[in-house]
Amino acid sequence: MTTKSPGKIHVTTTINGQEHELLVPPYMSLLDTLRELIGLTGTKEGCLDGNCGACTVSVDGRIVDSCLVLGAEVNGKNVDTVEGMATAEGLHPLQQAFLEEAALQCGICTPGFLVAAKGLLDNEPSPTEGRIRHWLAGNLCRCTGYDKIVRAVQKASS
Amino acid sequence: MVATFEPKTDYKVVGTRPIRHDGYDKVTGRAIYGGDMKLPGLIWGVCVRSPHAHANIKSIDTSAAAAMDGVFAVLTGADMPKAESKLVDLGEGNINFKWASNKLMADNKVLYKGHPVAAIAAVDRYTAEEAARLVKVEYEVLKSITNVVDALKPDAPILLPDLVGDDLGEDVTNTNMAAHVRHEFGDVEGAFAAAAHTIEREYNMQMVHQGYIEPHNATATWDEEDRIKIWTSTQGAFPARTQIAGILQVNVSQVKVTPLEIGGGFGGKIPVYFEPLAALLSKKSGRPVKMVMERTAVFETTGPTPGARMIIKLGADVDGKLTAATADIWFEAGANPGAFIGPAAMCVYAPYEIANTRIDGWDILVNKPKVAPYRAPGSPQVAFAMESAVDELCEEAGWDSLKFRIDNASKAGTRRGDGVLFSKIGMEEVLEATKESAHWNAPLGDAPAGKKRGRGIANGYWFNIGLKSSANLALNSDGTVQLTEGSTDIGGSRTSMAMHVAEVLGIGAHDVRPTVGDTESVGYTDVTGGSRTTYATGYACWIAANNLVEVLKDRVAVLWDINKDDVDFKDGVFSSKAEAQKTIGFKELAGKLGDLGGPANSTGSVDLESAGDGFGLHIADVEIDVETGKTDIIRYTAIQDVGTAIHPSYVEGQLQGGAVQGIGWALNEEYFMTDDGTMANSSFLDYRMPTSLDLPLIETVLVEVPNPLHPYGVRGVGETPICPPIPAIANAIKDAIGTRLYNTPMNAGSILEALK
Repeated sequence: MTTKSPGKIHVTTTINGQEHELLVPPYMSLLDTLRELIGLTGTKEGCLDGNCGACTVSVDGRIVDSCLVLGAEVNGKNVDTVEGMATAEGLHPLQQAFLEEAALQCGICTPGFLVAAKGLLDNEPSPTEGRIRHWLAGNLCRCTGYDKIVRAVQKASS
Repeated sequence: MVATFEPKTDYKVVGTRPIRHDGYDKVTGRAIYGGDMKLPGLIWGVCVRSPHAHANIKSIDTSAAAAMDGVFAVLTGADMPKAESKLVDLGEGNINFKWASNKLMADNKVLYKGHPVAAIAAVDRYTAEEAARLVKVEYEVLKSITNVVDALKPDAPILLPDLVGDDLGEDVTNTNMAAHVRHEFGDVEGAFAAAAHTIEREYNMQMVHQGYIEPHNATATWDEEDRIKIWTSTQGAFPARTQIAGILQVNVSQVKVTPLEIGGGFGGKIPVYFEPLAALLSKKSGRPVKMVMERTAVFETTGPTPGARMIIKLGADVDGKLTAATADIWFEAGANPGAFIGPAAMCVYAPYEIANTRIDGWDILVNKPKVAPYRAPGSPQVAFAMESAVDELCEEAGWDSLKFRIDNASKAGTRRGDGVLFSKIGMEEVLEATKESAHWNAPLGDAPAGKKRGRGIANGYWFNIGLKSSANLALNSDGTVQLTEGSTDIGGSRTSMAMHVAEVLGIGAHDVRPTVGDTESVGYTDVTGGSRTTYATGYACWIAANNLVEVLKDRVAVLWDINKDDVDFKDGVFSSKAEAQKTIGFKELAGKLGDLGGPANSTGSVDLESAGDGFGLHIADVEIDVETGKTDIIRYTAIQDVGTAIHPSYVEGQLQGGAVQGIGWALNEEYFMTDDGTMANSSFLDYRMPTSLDLPLIETVLVEVPNPLHPYGVRGVGETPICPPIPAIANAIKDAIGTRLYNTPMNAGSILEALK
């Protein structure tokens, strides 16, 4: 990257089930590592200060704002992004529910919501509406007023 | 002559809820938004921004930045083409290229905090940011103006010394007042003198931001033959092209704008910010340049909607009939002229029939970012003032406020405050639906200990616009249709366009593949804004589909060796008028075109003067914690005349999204400015838009009064729903605590103050 950059850090990480070996500048966020070094642009930049949740990814099953994590920190960890949710068999039930419930308008916040909601349903398959609202409060959506997002997560829960 | 249409009911596709065509890419992360753009050799641009809101630039030294390894180009105000002072209509607001250019890059004076004073292109973003810190700027700091009252004081510092203000047609100089307009009819003084009940109140509102989650961005190349290619998130590729060409002083044909997916706009992505700067950096560096705006700069330098000071006076007779009204409206324009006083005047009295009215509006410069359209620009402000005043008038006279709104409702033939006569509108139907609604007929319920509950209602109005749109169709051999249309898709609109085409052709919504075109693949199309998109571009799609039917009738005539006039088309089947049993389906015909003249294509375009007005009413139930002052919305319903809902899910979504933006504006959001012109809360954390935890489900009632100006009765729906929430909540708070609030935001601090 920059010609004046200090030494890069050797990182081995598993992203959406695939192992990657990377040289990451020490100041580079996980968000930029995913978007700029690997080309996974499904994870979105909204604010770069951890307040909008558009860059939400899962690190070892824990939901994080990838703009607040350094790329170097995911050495040896499993990172899951929106690109890993669908399989050859089809969409994840949350993705299908978001489409059927019209839970997106512009769609920029959608990857973050999907990853965050998956983090909830993986551990709590049948959350209440209040629990869903509490869990998703770290993800901002300005288009929908959240109504259809909450309904979609309810639909995808068992 | 304006074409009008009879209402239809026997739709096959219209009114259904197909999965949106772009949905799969958007739930899998494949969709390419502006910030995702990549090109070979791409470098990054950033801006150097003023730390002061008002200052003269004494010197700029970019030498250290330019000398840094990895830096490709440096730009300052001296490099900006000298754009002429000329007003150009952008559909939802005007642009003056000189001001627009100056807004993007300061010339010799900074007018708001964050005003760019230089731009740097470097090998990557981190290097560009490091180089930006090496630019040395010497400022002479001036006193800042942060509100309309200070701006008009005789000793106020003048933002733009060469501004010539327009005071009711008279030129004024040495002023921060860009414009003063007036609309008046009837005998206002006489009507007030005769009124049985009058009320006069002042309301003040702070600037708020559109709050789209995706920051502004642009990627540009300036090539060897002076062709400029731009990839960006915009609400209108063609209006963006107009602005870019005007600011760069090139012909529009030299600029190609490719609209990528857009992460929200609400009006704020009609103006361009980075596009011309990225192009100039590309010209200087010979490389493609990408810029993505930092969130602080999004708040400090883009967007907001005007802060306002408003005085409303109402008069009514003894029977509860509104007879007189005046409105004095001062709007903050930010650092360049162009607050939305025109729309405010159009909207302020629109839900009511009042015989004697006056409106005065002032467009005032302050040291804050130049305002941009935000969902019904100007209307939520005047709705807050007017609908609060209406409720207070009803309280003082002892009238039921819903009955008052019904008794005074505007209808076909009512004259709006700016003089325009309404044609077919749905205000009365909305009020009727309110009376019948589940929410209105449900009890408010008892508040738990330590809390108080209240219910409020308010009307809202947006006039909606028509303007220019274009669409192209091409029939595939398998009977599917490619649709290329010019409206950038901000919330699912390309599916409603496809549904227009499918309805005409008698095929399924998913048999039409819609694409948003760039400025070289489809005809001119105005902004995605003004609630015009589904109405006007849908209309263009309808024309294109009907034109395709005509093309195909020619082919059927060849196939059957009959006259085209003897070919009928209904529900996807062509038939012979002479021999009813002779038929061929749309898809079967598509497979035979190779022998019948080859590709079948068509186009459609519109330039619509009027659009059909949008009215709504919201019901808000609030619960207020008397100890903390916190207001919770415990039930909320948005009722609106939507004409015909093409895709009801996305119409509901517009009502819900608009309502929640209004709720945020009512309760929380504001530009919290310090005296030196600094926005103290320029992050999402401190600005604090509503989260999922702050809200209930938002109920919607779609009232369908088909718009006679559209073939399927479509009425614009996107903007009206942000107008009622602020006054509905103000009225609900009054109902709950017995004290009325006249300023936004009506946050916990204001409530506690009111409870004292």
